Amino acid sequence: MEEKLFGHSVIRKEGRDKVTGRAQYVDDISFPGMIYGATVRSSIARGRITGVRYGDGIPWSEFTIVTAADIPGKNEIAAIAHDQPCLADQFINHPEEPIVLLAHPDKYLLEEARRAVQIDVEPLPAIFAIEDSLARCCIISGEDNVFKSYRVEKGDVDAAWARADVVVEGEFRTGSQEQLYIENQGMIAVANPREGVTVWGSLQCPYYVLKALVTLFGLPNEKVRVIQAETGGGFGGKEEYPSMIAAHAALLAWKSGKPVKIIYDRAEDMVATTKRHPSRTRHRTGVTGDGKLVAMDIDFVIDGGAYATLSSVVLSRGTIHAAGPYFCPNLRIRSQAVATNAPPHGAFRGFGAPQSIFALERHFDHVARALNLPPEEFRRRNFLRKGQTAATGQVIHEDVDLSGLLDRALKESDYHAKHERFARENFGASIKRGIGISSFMHGAGFTGSGEVTLASIVEMEATPEGCVRILTASTEIGQGTNTVFSQIAADALGIGFDCIEIARPDTASVPNSGPTVASRTAMVVGKLVEAAALSLKRTLLESGLLCEACTEDEFVRACRRYIETRGPLRSRSQYEPPPGLYWDDATYSGDAYGTFAWAVYVAEVAVDTITFEVRVTDFVAVQEVGRVIHPVLAAGQIEGGVAQAIGMALYENVVWREGRMANGQMTNYIMPTAADIPPIRVFFEEQPYPFGPGGAKGIGELPMDGPAPAILNAIENATGICLREIPATPELLMDAMAEKADVRG
Amino acid sequence: MRAYIPSYDLRIPGSLTEALGLLAREPGIWQPFAGGTDLMVLLEAGKLSHKRFLSLSKLADLRGIEVTSDSVILGALTTYTEIQRHSVLQAEFPLLCAAARETGSIATQNRGTLGGNIVNASPAADSPPALLVYDAEIELISERGVHWLPYHGFHTDYKKMHLAPDELLRAIRLPRRAKPWRQYYRKVGTRKAQAISKVCFAGAAQMEAGTIRDIRIALGSVAPIVLRAVKTEDALRGAKLGPEIIARAKETLAREISPIDDIRSTARYRLRVTQNLLEEFLSHLGR
Amino acid sequence: MCVGDTVSKIDIECRVNGKLSRLQAYPMARLLDILREELHLTGTKEGCGEGECGACAVLMNGAIVNSCLIPAVEADGEEIRTIEGIASGAQLHAVQDAFLECGGAQCGICTPGMVIAAVALIDRHPHPGDAEIREGLAGNLCRCTGYQKIFAAVVRACEAADTPLSGNR
Repeated sequence: MEEKLFGHSVIRKEGRDKVTGRAQYVDDISFPGMIYGATVRSSIARGRITGVRYGDGIPWSEFTIVTAADIPGKNEIAAIAHDQPCLADQFINHPEEPIVLLAHPDKYLLEEARRAVQIDVEPLPAIFAIEDSLARCCIISGEDNVFKSYRVEKGDVDAAWARADVVVEGEFRTGSQEQLYIENQGMIAVANPREGVTVWGSLQCPYYVLKALVTLFGLPNEKVRVIQAETGGGFGGKEEYPSMIAAHAALLAWKSGKPVKIIYDRAEDMVATTKRHPSRTRHRTGVTGDGKLVAMDIDFVIDGGAYATLSSVVLSRGTIHAAGPYFCPNLRIRSQAVATNAPPHGAFRGFGAPQSIFALERHFDHVARALNLPPEEFRRRNFLRKGQTAATGQVIHEDVDLSGLLDRALKESDYHAKHERFARENFGASIKRGIGISSFMHGAGFTGSGEVTLASIVEMEATPEGCVRILTASTEIGQGTNTVFSQIAADALGIGFDCIEIARPDTASVPNSGPTVASRTAMVVGKLVEAAALSLKRTLLESGLLCEACTEDEFVRACRRYIETRGPLRSRSQYEPPPGLYWDDATYSGDAYGTFAWAVYVAEVAVDTITFEVRVTDFVAVQEVGRVIHPVLAAGQIEGGVAQAIGMALYENVVWREGRMANGQMTNYIMPTAADIPPIRVFFEEQPYPFGPGGAKGIGELPMDGPAPAILNAIENATGICLREIPATPELLMDAMAEKADVRG
Repeated sequence: MRAYIPSYDLRIPGSLTEALGLLAREPGIWQPFAGGTDLMVLLEAGKLSHKRFLSLSKLADLRGIEVTSDSVILGALTTYTEIQRHSVLQAEFPLLCAAARETGSIATQNRGTLGGNIVNASPAADSPPALLVYDAEIELISERGVHWLPYHGFHTDYKKMHLAPDELLRAIRLPRRAKPWRQYYRKVGTRKAQAISKVCFAGAAQMEAGTIRDIRIALGSVAPIVLRAVKTEDALRGAKLGPEIIARAKETLAREISPIDDIRSTARYRLRVTQNLLEEFLSHLGR
Repeated sequence: MCVGDTVSKIDIECRVNGKLSRLQAYPMARLLDILREELHLTGTKEGCGEGECGACAVLMNGAIVNSCLIPAVEADGEEIRTIEGIASGAQLHAVQDAFLECGGAQCGICTPGMVIAAVALIDRHPHPGDAEIREGLAGNLCRCTGYQKIFAAVVRACEAADTPLSGNR
């Protein structure tokens, strides 16, 4: 297969529509007779609903009103567990929990009506902190507030402490983070008992929404249809939440008999939808005098919010990544996802790994210091190499060269020279500079047997014009799905980029390719695209209508001829696991992922000791990614992920008050602007992964994992101040500096 | 969008006379609406309880920047963009230009007005500290007449000011100083752009051989109003700069401000940073 | 809680993308909603409704403004240019071409406002330096790109265009 497009930066498939404003996002779409929907939500964290009152001054007879009693099937947003209701019925378990739905043609009046609905509640005791949940101050979920727990063991950690010359402990915390896609969540639904339910919306996973609607309405799969509109960013925030908003729009449509559009405004989106799981990690690490790891004991807890949703899977990934890209012969990782009375936390790029990797990479700088080793040297001595086993016992079969990545990162960032210069120049300076590193990996695809369970499918068909259309549920959310799939298919077929079409992800016409998450789209589904393309070409070749070395014109003619004479020209490919992968769910051991992308990042910071503001002044991101399919898109993923992680590290603070986000406006939830982000310099290494298209690995989440610890390592390098939590706000830094000064006397 | 838009009225009087007449006949009923960059945000959050507004956009009397031999007079509707582009303001009132540049975004600066900023009376406003340091005077006009008053003292408490319900702010006058003062402005926000200030410091001083002949210090976000730190000024006026003077000034400043914990920051951060900015300002004076 | 008095709609006349538009709107209706719902120009987006994200940015009398903060009354008699008016028919503006070439758009939701901001920036500064580009775009939030390729697109557009606002290749 000749690589004509693979490795080149072709123009984004839907780019022209995006730069001209023609791309149709869900709020750009209207249907005749469409009305608007709104959600009445709880104002308290936990309680029993005793009544609903509809205030005066609103023409209620004009409204469609939906409560839990109107749900035809199960009052549940079907995910993994079955604990989350679509509409709260008797009990409230978090602020902003949906209770009543309203619809009306007048958007302005709808908002007045929403405010006029009073929910009477008897408050119940609620918990908001991981510690309180673990201590079982009260039981708010299940029997013990624990959604899920894991235990990973390797070697004999209890016996190994005796062999450690130095033991270092540390505790680290990460806060919540809002995905803050610039397009708010939205859905349009058309629904009636006769025809079923159809929804259009901003979403990442059409089949997740379908599954949820099937359960909610008690309908067969064929009666539910989910269509993705152009989606303005997701980052995981539109992985599971769209099922909820789709359910609401569909219930209103079902009852009113009209198309219903629900679009959240920013305030509602911020307070009511999912956020990154807060975490607490405790490390205990034993090393020999010459800096080799002998024992690691890690306790990792995440706050899942009020319902289980995806917490078990976030926990899983965080657990598996908790010990990083290092070889340690003895380790134990105990992890738990616990309940609190906050809106359920959910998927956000990285999915547990940024949390556990933050802790590890901060901790390892301290371990290095305890050994009197430079941080990069301590890491280098423990990097995983081919043939060694990772935390779950997975044998690394690839030629991973973390040491080489480290060398490149140090070189590109001019690390040693700067380290030395900053140490010299910081003396007496009001702006102190520092440089810090992190090394990490990110497993691509679903964990363990996840991809086998998903059994993803891609289909392909020739169009009457003789072009080829890709049919997949994988969604374009900005990361470049449409473009990358087109490149892969075009090269496999030997035709041009413009001869490939991507069908709109519509469950009525595309197969279930699995969700657009877990850094799997290019690597796993892209491989299926390649296979389907090769299969389609093979059919043409075998028909005699085409020969191997053909031009695009010949291909187009052959397709048309085939359709004319033999009927539809289609192909289908379904996921098959790479050989030799073995995963044991019971012991949580074995091959967690088909492959990992590996990375070393370097952050340079300037700390203003007058205002305690930290600015990232330069950032170097070096990663090994298998193959770069599209240089501009790949770099774009890294740059965007690094920027989001800089936000996570320094700026993005969710202020919680009684389980509710108090700063739910863009004015007060601070994401970095163009004035805040440094140059981000991206470097790729390629070690082709045999089972990815052209050798590509997944990279979408990788850049989220490394920046935060590198930045805090740099802050510590600049100031000597050890910060153990993020976001590391100026207020936090100031308090830490004052505390250190007090301690010094 | 949380407002019931059909219940909001926004009229555009065609002349100042017409506007003042409406304000006189129905005091408290009509609120002036300038650039809209504050009021529209409140509207969309469902927090704009007042429903009837008078747009000032056709009132030419409130526009324009006039330069005389002893002052610069800015119409109340002068936008932040207009401030930044004015050569005399750039040369002689750089703190005001710095403040305008750090307000919101360029889109905000194209619409937001100095008069609107004053009357909105946020203690976190960026331009008022500069106005205080420049001894600004403001002109209030109503059907009853016109009068000028010092901007210092205009605000009495959080969102309370010496503005009668029938009055409009017409202009802001900045007296030109014969000899340039040393000037300093620093806004500390939540990020480098588009940020509400956590601390805002404006300072100017007339130096003579290491002695502070005269000084002005004004602060935002550390009190219910934008504050002239008069006690700290008094402690510094006539003093020769040195470490003890600076230390005493920082202590005086701590007693003069009343920062709070809020959604953006903490009282102790604001206190400490304000003191640090004072020290930075005074250190610059010493050079 | 009652809805209260409602005011009458007023007549608005404005020139949008060169075309005279006459419509009726409530006095405090947002220009953003007028563009999207009355004029069906859905290219301008709502990202925050607070004037923070810039997704709703348009040019009003040549200056960039956030249309979510402009009431209908203030748009009367004004000249408005939206993303739909940036290209000249099928011929894209240099900024749009540069965004495509450099990868300045990922999910695309911030792109209309960002293009408007870039056009306004280049109009004021035909060859902006790094600091000017950052300042010029600081009012437009992008969550996908980390801004790097947007900066590159601005530089590329200046190289290609070298002509003021109305310049198209």
